Amino acid sequence: MRNILLVATAAVALAIPSVINAAEEHEVHLAKQEWSFNGVLGKFDKEQVQRGFQVYKDVCSACHSLQYLAFRNFEDLGYSEEQVKALAGQYEVTDGPNDEGEMFKRKAKASDHLPHPFPNDQAARAANGGALPPDLSLVTKAREGGPDYIYNLLLAYEEPPKGFELLPGLNYNKVFPGNQIAMAKQIQDGLVTYADGAPNDAAHVAKDVTAFLHWVAEPKLDARHSTGLRVLLYTLLFTVLAYLAKRRIWAKIEH
Amino acid sequence: MDNQKSVWRRAFEWHEARLPIISYIDHAVGTQYPAPKNLNYFWNFGFIAGFMLMTMILTGIFLAMNYTDHTSMAFDSVEHIMRDVNYGWLIRYMHFNGASFFFIAVYIHIFRGLYYGSYKAPREVLWWIGVIILIVMMATAFMGYVLPWGQMSFWGAKVITSLFTAIPVVGDAITTLLWGGFGVDNPTLNRFFSLHYLLPFVILGLVVLHIWALHIPGSNNPLGIDAAPADKIPFHPYYTAKDAFGVGVFLLFYFAVVFYAPNALGDPVNYVKANPLVTPNSIVPEWYLLPFYAILRAIPNKLLGFIAMFGALLVLFVLPWLDTSRVRSATFRPVYRVFFWLFLLNAIMLGWCGAQHPEGLPLVLSRLGTAWYFLHMIVILPVVGWLETPKPLPVSISQSVLKPAE
Repeated sequence: MRNILLVATAAVALAIPSVINAAEEHEVHLAKQEWSFNGVLGKFDKEQVQRGFQVYKDVCSACHSLQYLAFRNFEDLGYSEEQVKALAGQYEVTDGPNDEGEMFKRKAKASDHLPHPFPNDQAARAANGGALPPDLSLVTKAREGGPDYIYNLLLAYEEPPKGFELLPGLNYNKVFPGNQIAMAKQIQDGLVTYADGAPNDAAHVAKDVTAFLHWVAEPKLDARHSTGLRVLLYTLLFTVLAYLAKRRIWAKIEH
Repeated sequence: MDNQKSVWRRAFEWHEARLPIISYIDHAVGTQYPAPKNLNYFWNFGFIAGFMLMTMILTGIFLAMNYTDHTSMAFDSVEHIMRDVNYGWLIRYMHFNGASFFFIAVYIHIFRGLYYGSYKAPREVLWWIGVIILIVMMATAFMGYVLPWGQMSFWGAKVITSLFTAIPVVGDAITTLLWGGFGVDNPTLNRFFSLHYLLPFVILGLVVLHIWALHIPGSNNPLGIDAAPADKIPFHPYYTAKDAFGVGVFLLFYFAVVFYAPNALGDPVNYVKANPLVTPNSIVPEWYLLPFYAILRAIPNKLLGFIAMFGALLVLFVLPWLDTSRVRSATFRPVYRVFFWLFLLNAIMLGWCGAQHPEGLPLVLSRLGTAWYFLHMIVILPVVGWLETPKPLPVSISQSVLKPAE
């Protein structure tokens, strides 16, 4: 048993540099949130994610795309096939060319991805003072701090400290690296009104939209967590049986 | 007579007479390979490394079925795997984290060899093949990391391949050859994918040679003394049973990461598509390459840094002769044992330095660490071997089991 501990310690020791690496964040303190998807049994709060989608649809989608999200994915949130069709029907996408060689607009189908707000990056920059609003499909995985970073960033707008020279067109944000962000403050109390009557103060709205974005970034999280538990229990059972078998086989060997 | 044998037995013997592959395996890792009976749990990691190699090859084959090696589609195809391919998320997270756990197993395997003197006569060729496996693994892992074509894929590829420009005269030509052009671009991605698929099978072949070379002298053991035939037991069932348990414990750690922290070992920036116009804040390789990256950056001259980084690996080839002690196991080498642990701590410190910006304290530490690395190899090992008085060795493994040495 002592050897097993020793081996485990060695394994942990070898992994230390990577853990330090992973834990390295820029100095800003992020207020850690209790996310429903944290932990071994964590999974998305589907109602929260749906509320977050409402925030994205009403606010964020004016500038930010979600290129990897298809309408059919909403079935994972509990939408029926009809609801998905109805949702897609609210959007228009460009298709074509048709038999005359023309591109045409049509209603989106369940298999379509959410349309981009801008035809191309240059148009996006032109409409946003030269700054490109990033695609948000993976944003909660693509930033140090993950969902906590996004949540804190959305609420971290404030007046710049005295003597801070803010470049024209930029906004002061105490979480954003460098503190100057092109996106203006968006999240505020009562920004949206939820159909289910859930609280809509700034903190709740930021949390809902972050949960939605994390669902877009990691749509298989629920399956991963529940599969993981079964896999680990099975592996544990296998390991215990293997240990008992090993002890029995080795019983007669002096070592 | 013959008709007493079952039809299966006769079919087996018929086949064995023509291609004795089962008895070949039985000699390699079965009942016909006698192994010392005192191997401790650190000896599990060779088997575990082989297990991880197979895991990487299998998950990799399924990933390759769904991956597109083109700069305009690679990133999207990885997301396609994560979202639309059945269990694609599982296969990719197993492959991505499998690389880290393969290196964890291999590094423990290597440090076990360093502690117990497994590189010494008559196992030098076995050790050489191991060093070659490590180097090929590093190349494979590096090229694999480029394939998702994220920001760190692109910039990591750029930094590492640009190192070759430091070679006098032919450097630029080599770099152009690596790139397949004049910058990291689609031809680079294509050749890296091709090689990333090829090299694991080269490793597999090297593993066969590694096991072959192992079987000539047989396994070393924690006492480092030659094992008498009476002190050996068949690999199967004794060590297959022990390895099954070891693999189980290892898998618990591996699966915990795969299912509950699949991105903890990765850099978030690699979830941003490669953009040749935007340099990430810091360009760092995966953790398993960090100690060598620290050595590279410790030296202000590009060519010398390049030489030091590869030298840190190549010096391992002459380790069996740099260590002048005839005693294998550090158990009986009180002075070497201290330096072994210092060397391990130094390697971990270098790993930490490799992840930091090369300035201030991390830069000082990586310089000291680099100096210590080579000092350990080139000066300390030979000198300790000459000056140290080892503890008395037990006559046999059995003797030490019955009444422990001291």
